Amino acid sequence: MAWLHTWLGLLLGGLLYFMFITGTLGYLDTGIDRWMRPELPAARYPLPPEPALRQAQAFLQSHAGGARRWGITLPIDRNEPYLRVSWQGEAGSGAAYLDPGSGQPIATRATGGGQTLYQLHWRLHYLPAPASEWIVGLATLVLLIALVTGMIVHRKIFADFFTFRPSRGQRSWLDAHNLASVVSLPFQLMITYSGLIFVMFTLMPLIPAAWYGAGKSGQQAFLDAVFPPLAPAQAAGRPAALVPLEQLLQDVRAQWGAASVASIDIQAPQDGQARVQVVGDFAAGPLRAAPILVYDGVSGARLAQRPAWQSAPKAFRDLLLGLHEGLFAPPVLRALYALSGLLGAAMIATGMVLWTVKRRQRGERHAGLGLVERLNVAIILGLPVAIAAYFWANRLLPLDLGRRADWEVHTLFLAWLLMFVWAALRPARRAWQEQALLAAALCAGLPLLNALTSAHHLGRALAGHDTAMAGFDLAALVAGALFAGIARALARRRALSG
Amino acid sequence: MNGARWRLASRCVAAIAGGYALASTLPVALVALVALAAPVAPGAMAHADAALVALQLSFVVYTAAVVWAFAARSASLAWAVPVLAALLSHGLAWTLL
Repeated sequence: MAWLHTWLGLLLGGLLYFMFITGTLGYLDTGIDRWMRPELPAARYPLPPEPALRQAQAFLQSHAGGARRWGITLPIDRNEPYLRVSWQGEAGSGAAYLDPGSGQPIATRATGGGQTLYQLHWRLHYLPAPASEWIVGLATLVLLIALVTGMIVHRKIFADFFTFRPSRGQRSWLDAHNLASVVSLPFQLMITYSGLIFVMFTLMPLIPAAWYGAGKSGQQAFLDAVFPPLAPAQAAGRPAALVPLEQLLQDVRAQWGAASVASIDIQAPQDGQARVQVVGDFAAGPLRAAPILVYDGVSGARLAQRPAWQSAPKAFRDLLLGLHEGLFAPPVLRALYALSGLLGAAMIATGMVLWTVKRRQRGERHAGLGLVERLNVAIILGLPVAIAAYFWANRLLPLDLGRRADWEVHTLFLAWLLMFVWAALRPARRAWQEQALLAAALCAGLPLLNALTSAHHLGRALAGHDTAMAGFDLAALVAGALFAGIARALARRRALSG
Repeated sequence: MNGARWRLASRCVAAIAGGYALASTLPVALVALVALAAPVAPGAMAHADAALVALQLSFVVYTAAVVWAFAARSASLAWAVPVLAALLSHGLAWTLL
């Protein structure tokens, strides 16, 4: 059992650490989005939907009249703080932030923002989508097995709960690993199992096949049964004016009462067969489910609806997905979510270090150990360096650079690659300290960078209640202090051991 | 590769393949059995619901199968139990569905 736990951790610890760090940052993606688009004003929400809808529709009509699909996201809460529109069509696709007062687009730099960090968590990068889904899904399954085997190995959980013996080499690392794991164990089990629910259709295709038949048609029949299409229609090809969207809100309020409208999706907007899908707030509660109303885009007649709750099994799935995403959480719970994500990363990192420390202490000296020691520093400290580099690139890359958003992400991975090269060239102990110092400098430097490259320095953000902007700068300072502390602890350890 | 290595490798394959087979069949059989005892309201959702329950159960089964593969007294037992259980489940599901 210990053998299994150790091997699973050794093989997939790096990827899982990456998923925990990007997942935790992805949880804060909206705040990061705001920092990476300093052109935006401080967010104001919630805003009354009618004027916002009017502005959005007017903008889309004049700028994306020929598109086959429009999307409007309303500013209702911390998860969607801005009025945004998007469009897709033959002439191309695009998106814009709108000023809800004037209806004018706010020019923002091309950036992947925090959304890209969130996507790295489950979509990785540079890989085709099916490959990513399988890799992430299998890694999650491995994590579940590692958690369960870890619990079996650490059976005497209550006796050892408060054991922490510092400065005892591998014993200390083991205690740290156990402490991080046990303290956050309920969260880790929840986050892992719910993560599997996201990919269960892909990982276990044989199960629905028992009822719906094997192959693509069976798979599609199953998906259509779980997510039945609502009043679908083909574009008629004859032009027709789209009903003023705010008129639909009367019927929406009659159906939903005070529940907010989060987004509106319009298929074939200027067509006789236009369909308007009004979607409620997916993050209103722990269930990741929202009611949907579908209207005829020309007459405004309600054609179909789907309530948030359809059946207990589907609601259970929605509950697990909602718990995983944690978007419903009020501030204190939100902080706990983020902290638990970091504890998960610490759980994995301490496990990774424990493996090498244990073997060094036993006097082992083979090439595999040296390799893992170097991989550890490049992964555990190199990834924060790379993510900090991503934020630096957001402010330093030229605004008119072609494929700018892609290049921000390339910067992240190039910086990470550099950290691997660095770790390969330096003795492991020095690499730990140097990369910790680099991480500290890059993180602590972010508020200064912000002050120099935007109009929203920390003082102004705090005064203007720009919580996302201020929160990012403060978190960067805390992260910088944390890495500086690590660097100092490493320097002191080296001074002691000579 | 000596005997111990072969046995370990055998357990790994039992965990991966045997576990997958069991995780794909046992939940289906369990749900089909429960559906017999507690009839569900008919409708388009009924099969979809059953499949959703089985899907969400499957990872518990998989984890248990993997733990069994390494906790079983011998490598043969590590294989025998999941494979037999998977065959039984498949047969049961086939008759019931």
